[in-house]
Amino acid sequence: MKLPIYMDNHATTPLDPRVLDAMLPYFKEKFGNAASRNHTFGFEAENAVETARKQIANLIGADHREIVFTSGATESDNLAVKGVAAMYREKGNHIITCVTEHKAILDSCKHLEKEGYKVTFLPVDDKGLISLEDLRNAITDKTILITIMTANNEVGVIQDVKAIGQIARERGVLFHTDAVQAAGKIPFNVNDMNVDLASLSAHKMYGPKGVGALYVRRRNPRVLLTPMIDGGGHERGMRSGTLNVPGIVGFGKAAQIAADELDKEIAEMFRLREKLRMTLERELDEIYINGDLEKRLPGNLNMSFAYVEGESLLMGINDVAVSSGSACTSASLEPSYVLKALGVGEDLAHTSIRFGIGRFNTDEEVDYVAKRVVDVVKRLRELSPLYEMAKEGIDLKSVQWAAAEQH
Amino acid sequence: MAYSDKVIDHYNNPRNVGALPKEDEDVGTGLVGAPECGDVMKLQIKVNAETEVIEDAKFKTFGCGSAIASSSLATEWVKGKTVAEALAIKNTDIVKELSLPPVKIHCSVLAEDAIKAAISDWKKKHN
Repeated sequence: MKLPIYMDNHATTPLDPRVLDAMLPYFKEKFGNAASRNHTFGFEAENAVETARKQIANLIGADHREIVFTSGATESDNLAVKGVAAMYREKGNHIITCVTEHKAILDSCKHLEKEGYKVTFLPVDDKGLISLEDLRNAITDKTILITIMTANNEVGVIQDVKAIGQIARERGVLFHTDAVQAAGKIPFNVNDMNVDLASLSAHKMYGPKGVGALYVRRRNPRVLLTPMIDGGGHERGMRSGTLNVPGIVGFGKAAQIAADELDKEIAEMFRLREKLRMTLERELDEIYINGDLEKRLPGNLNMSFAYVEGESLLMGINDVAVSSGSACTSASLEPSYVLKALGVGEDLAHTSIRFGIGRFNTDEEVDYVAKRVVDVVKRLRELSPLYEMAKEGIDLKSVQWAAAEQH
Repeated sequence: MAYSDKVIDHYNNPRNVGALPKEDEDVGTGLVGAPECGDVMKLQIKVNAETEVIEDAKFKTFGCGSAIASSSLATEWVKGKTVAEALAIKNTDIVKELSLPPVKIHCSVLAEDAIKAAISDWKKKHN
């Protein structure tokens, strides 16, 4: 076993060696521009891009002509939200999203609010799920877009996308989903789920960074978008710019592998995740799972370790790469807004760790990580005045905390 | 975030972890911070009533590595000092000693507060 161990696969995934092999020729001899339609270098690149387009379409049950390549999922989210808003401005000015979305969606929506659009940010329950009733009630005759992510990047919670798509379809509203964490990890089919637009990212499915895609439905209904980037009219005019051919080839290969191995991988991620969860739950008291345990990505475990601050826990397991919802690990010094939206108290949000198990994690690694976490949590609890007070039977909520006004 | 060697050393080998009997006449206890803020420090001192010298100090901290290091260092520094000398310890001294980055300055502020709170608790018992 090699240290450090990477178990932060929601942030990014390592490149699958098979993906790298597929990409390499397109960095070297096959360097053509896919838009060069008058020589073999161009044809070669274009063919490779079209193969990748089919591989990606196949992963999500789409037609290859419905895949628009982008620089990544942030661009895809921006294009979907702002592109739909601009295109359908005359039809309406209302967008529905939810509070636990990725910042690429939330900030795009906030940008539109400044331009006079109305945005409804649906709340989530303590499991991280939106209420379909809330969604139905939020739709007005001005609603042009519903954007709800399929699986959350922090807590791994999977929304009922099929039901949301059904509601959107019945009400004649376009439905976009950020499927970055879901595609290639769980079954995801744009037709079964009535999805009109979907954001995808290569580097979350063992492909390269810097390449993503937006699925844009062509029929029933045909979705139109105002482009964000103007230029040579690439990607059916929706996204100009010379295509990142090696990146796209890698994305295609990654999608093909994900599609071929999906069932096996779901079972394996789930097995390892449950092993980690059960070991931690057996060895430690007062640990809490954040978000719904059933409707959850198989590789995701987000847990709060009461009385142990997240950053200090990460420091203790410094040969393991995971992430924390603690304020101290974020640029904003605020604890995770996702956990907050689930109603996780700020005290417990500060103690949260996100484990993201991926394709290349092993049993041995899971055992090692579990043992390290257990040891460090026990050590830090011995150091924690909160643990001491709790053991003395003091209700921490009843304590009048001093100096809180400084923060 | 990159930690200084001194922060890592205090995190791995925290000095003076533990508790003193808080009902004891000679013991002053300071509890500062709040769980919602991600930092809580408990610092205790045992003071010789005659000489006003801090003979022992213990701490427990819930917080990031810098918070643990700041309070660990604070216990090291107050030990052997008189109450008046301990009151003169400034958070900036802690920042300098541990090379804390700007985002972690609040950890040093909390440690200074903890020293002052412990001393004030001890003084209260002696009024």
